[in-house]
Formats: sequence, C-alpha cells, structure tokens
Amino acid sequence: MAVIEAENLRRTYKTSTGTIRRKTLEVEAVRGVSFEVGEGELFGLLGPNGAGKTTTIKMLITLLIPTSGSARVLGYDVVKEPREVRKRIGYVFGGERGVYERLSGLDNLRYFAELYGVPAREQRPRIDHLLELVGLKGREDERVEGYSRGMKQRLHVARGLLHDPPVVFLDEPTIGLDPVGARELRSLIASLTEAGKTVLLTTHYMFEADALCDRLAVIAKGQIVAEGTPESLKQLVADRTVVEIETYGVGEEAVERLRGIQGVASVWVEDRDQAQLVLVQSARGLELTQTLLGHLDGIRVGRVAAREPTLEDAYVSLVGEGAD
Amino acid sequence: MLRLLVVGWYFQLKMQWRDPFTGIFAVLYPMFFATVAFLMFRINGGATSLLYAALGAGVMGIWAATSTTAGSALQRERWHGTLEVLVASPSPFALVLLPVTVAMATIGLYCMVATLVWGRLAFGIHFSVVHWPAFMLAVPATVISIGCAGFLLAVSFVRYRTAWALGNLLEYPVWLICGFLVPLALLPGWVRPISWVLAPTWGMNAIRESALGGTPWPDLLLCVALGALYIAVGVVVLDRALTAARARAVLSLT
Repeated sequence: MAVIEAENLRRTYKTSTGTIRRKTLEVEAVRGVSFEVGEGELFGLLGPNGAGKTTTIKMLITLLIPTSGSARVLGYDVVKEPREVRKRIGYVFGGERGVYERLSGLDNLRYFAELYGVPAREQRPRIDHLLELVGLKGREDERVEGYSRGMKQRLHVARGLLHDPPVVFLDEPTIGLDPVGARELRSLIASLTEAGKTVLLTTHYMFEADALCDRLAVIAKGQIVAEGTPESLKQLVADRTVVEIETYGVGEEAVERLRGIQGVASVWVEDRDQAQLVLVQSARGLELTQTLLGHLDGIRVGRVAAREPTLEDAYVSLVGEGAD
Repeated sequence: MLRLLVVGWYFQLKMQWRDPFTGIFAVLYPMFFATVAFLMFRINGGATSLLYAALGAGVMGIWAATSTTAGSALQRERWHGTLEVLVASPSPFALVLLPVTVAMATIGLYCMVATLVWGRLAFGIHFSVVHWPAFMLAVPATVISIGCAGFLLAVSFVRYRTAWALGNLLEYPVWLICGFLVPLALLPGWVRPISWVLAPTWGMNAIRESALGGTPWPDLLLCVALGALYIAVGVVVLDRALTAARARAVLSLT
C-alpha cells in the first residue's frame, strides 16, 4: 500500500489588486499533481521556485485544502481526517521561521512534545536523544534567537521527529545552509529512511535530490513533468550533448537566436557574477559549437566546453521544455 | 488535556514576559491607567471612590493586555511561521489557542496588582476588602473570563489576517461599556444589553462588590458562565474558522 497518495491535486489561490476597483485574480499553483510514495521510500519533489512544491506539501500535511483532487497519508484523507494524518506525520520546513525565538531550544521541544502528545514520561529521554541526533546537545538551554541558521534548522528537524512519526515531510530543509551544515543535514535525512521512515523531500538542489532520493518527480508550473529514479531521469538526456559557453553580457535576444538554431533542444542561462554561463543542449553527435559562436557575434565569449549531460541537465530540459 | 493547557500557558507566559513590548506595556500601562483614574476621581471623591477607580483601572489593564496583545500575538505567530506548526499539531486547536490568551490575561493580573501598589504609593489609597474569599475568587475568575473573551477574538484572528486591528479597536469601548471607570447607570439604555453579554462587566462588578461590600456572588456566577459560553462558542466556530483558513490559505504569509 502506498503511504502517500496524491491524486489529481489542484490548488488555486485568489489574490486581489487595486484599492477602489478591486480585481480578483486566480493563480493556479498546482495543476493536477498525482504521485504515490511507498513505505520506507525517500521521494523527492524537484522544481524551481514557484513550481508548486510547497503548495503540494502543504496540502499533504493538512495545512491547505485542495481546490480539487484528493490525497491520503497512511490511508487517511487529508481533508476529512486531518487529525489522524497529523498524528502520524512530521513536518520540517527550511528557513529560520517556525520556532519560538524567545524560548530556549529545550523549551521549544518541551512545548511541541506536549502539543504532539508525547507522553510526559517519554518526553525528556526523547528530547535528549533528538538533541544528540541533531547535534544541539549542550546548546539546548540557550535562547533560539542566538542560534545560527543551521542550528535553527536542526531544531526544526528535532521538532518534526518528536513524536516519532512514520512519515516525514521535508520542505527545502537545506535552503540557506552553509555547505557543511547542509551536508550534515543531508546525512541526517538519509538516516531517516534507514530508520524505516517514509520521507517526502522538496528541493531545488539537483545534487541533493540525486544523492538522497530513491525516486523523483520533477514539478514545473504546477504540473509533474517527469517521474522516476534519478538514473532514469538522466536517461532522458542521455542522447544529448551539452555545450557550455561563458559569456559577458548575453541578452535575451541572443538567447532566442541560439534557440532558433536547428538541432538545439534547449538553452539555459546561469548568472555567474559578471559572466553568464549559457548551457546549450543538442543531439549527441551534432557539432554545433562554431554555429553557436557565430550566433553570439559581438558578445564577449570566454571558456567554451562540451560535456556529457548530468541530472541537472535533465532537470533543466524538463523544466524549460515542459508544462505550459 | 489539563496538562496541555497548563504547559501551553506556562510557555506562552514565558514568551510574553521576554517580549520587550509586552514588558514595557505591562510596567507602564497600569501606572498610566491608574493615574488617569485617580486624577479623575480625586476631584470630588472620598476613599471609597478612589478604591472604586483603582479596581476599575486594574481591570482595564487586564482587558488591555488581552485585547490588544491577543491580536498581535496571533499575528506574530503568523509572521514567525509558528501558526502553521501549531495548526499542524494533532492537539485540538482550541487547547492550543486558549492558553495563549489566558497567558495574556495573566499578564493583565500583574496590571491589577501594579495598579493597586501604584495607588498606594503615589496617591495614598488604602486598599481594603470587605469579602476576601469572594475577592480572591472574583479576580482570577475575571482574568480567566477575559482570557476566554480573548479566545473568542483570537478565533477571528486565525481566520482573518487583518483582524488583529479588531483587538485594538475594542480596547477603549469596552472600558466604557463594561463600567471599568464609569458606572453603567450613566450610560444610555441601549448600551446596557451589550454590557450584559460581556463577561468583564460582571467580573468588574464582582470585584467591586467583594472589595467595597455588597453581593458579589451573582455577578461572579454570571462572569464565569459567560466565560464558559465564550469557550463553547469559540470551540464550535474555531473548527469552521480553521477549515476556512485552510481553504483560503491565510495561515501563513507565504
């Protein structure tokens, strides 16, 4: 039986503009998302900012009611049986919000242990164990307002695991963390599935998804555009070559010119300080480098290299070409 | 359930005390309220009317601490992202929310003590109570019933992001309508039904009747009954408010 089931989930937000003549606008954040997560699986929802990842996760953890569609966690409907769902899930989100800054780390955990119905006798040993697990032992009596971002994030994780939930939702948990903190947190996430928990992770970091997830769904503009193991997603672009061109001052017009070249599958631009890295995907065996450089005439060009596609290229391809 | 309420109250109180705004509010406001009341009543009042004013100013403090800060506290929970975490917990949300407002009313209890001490030190008002047992019951009953009224307000704060303004709006009218400073008999007849449905009216009466001499028990009973009614209405409405908040995505700011 699937532990998490989402079936054609949709969510529309209403926003209004204007003061006197108010106009109501409808924004479709999630447009028919369906997937299943099996027991003990670490499933990733991968997508750019605004793709609908957080909205999807918030529907699954009962904080948002879907506009249409349905979802179940451990067989409980997220709309009709929210309390049953909440008893069995842990929820951790990224960033510094979601903890009481004026309380100590220990007080935060004691308060949430009570809210999550951890029996009084079990609270202290459970909290001690979690403080040890997330590396906050010895700092628990300090007020959270003095914690670093990484410490707050680890406190979030401890809070989410207080009631030992079988299902854990992690919404961009490593966002804004330094590389060492992010790596520590990733190894902690990996240990959750080793402990038998089912994990749904949202992220926009490719290497994180590649390193952690058993299966992935790529979400773009509110729709799932691909689903499978990291390896199977890489296969989507296995028949392609990627040309990287370092440029200084490339504009949208030049990018459009590149997109118009026959044989070019996708063009993506990444800002790198003063430079822009133009990533061009094309069919394997097609030699386009000179043609590409010809279309960048007048633009200062630095390093040029061709390489094998990675999961990131598969993602770029999926997000760039899919879901309209 | 009781443990959850007590633990929630304790941590909420701890957080409120550590808030610089609440601290300044708690220290300065009682003195401000008390000074205004004493100066008004000193013109033609004797010792009894000054004590009447002192008690009124004390309850003003309890109400002010609950009405304005209940809204801002819920808004702060929303800003800090903790409102979602509270809602996502499996505990009934009423048991999560009630300690928040009762903790605020408890800070108001300090206002009552501070007012009486300030009255004694700055204005030489002698504090005497006729029915001590009734007084000792009336004060916590008023605090809790005001906390219950705050709970009812907080239900709307959960549902509507901008409802915190309502708490500020209600602060001053309630001073008048519930007779904290001015006897209800002086107010127009149409105001009285509004006073009657407000628990602070009866809490105020019970405190004054027990301190100055009278029959505080019926007032005390009505104060407690109305507090219980607010909880009952709040619990019924809260489920709908939460469902609406989840449907309209107003639990967070993002």
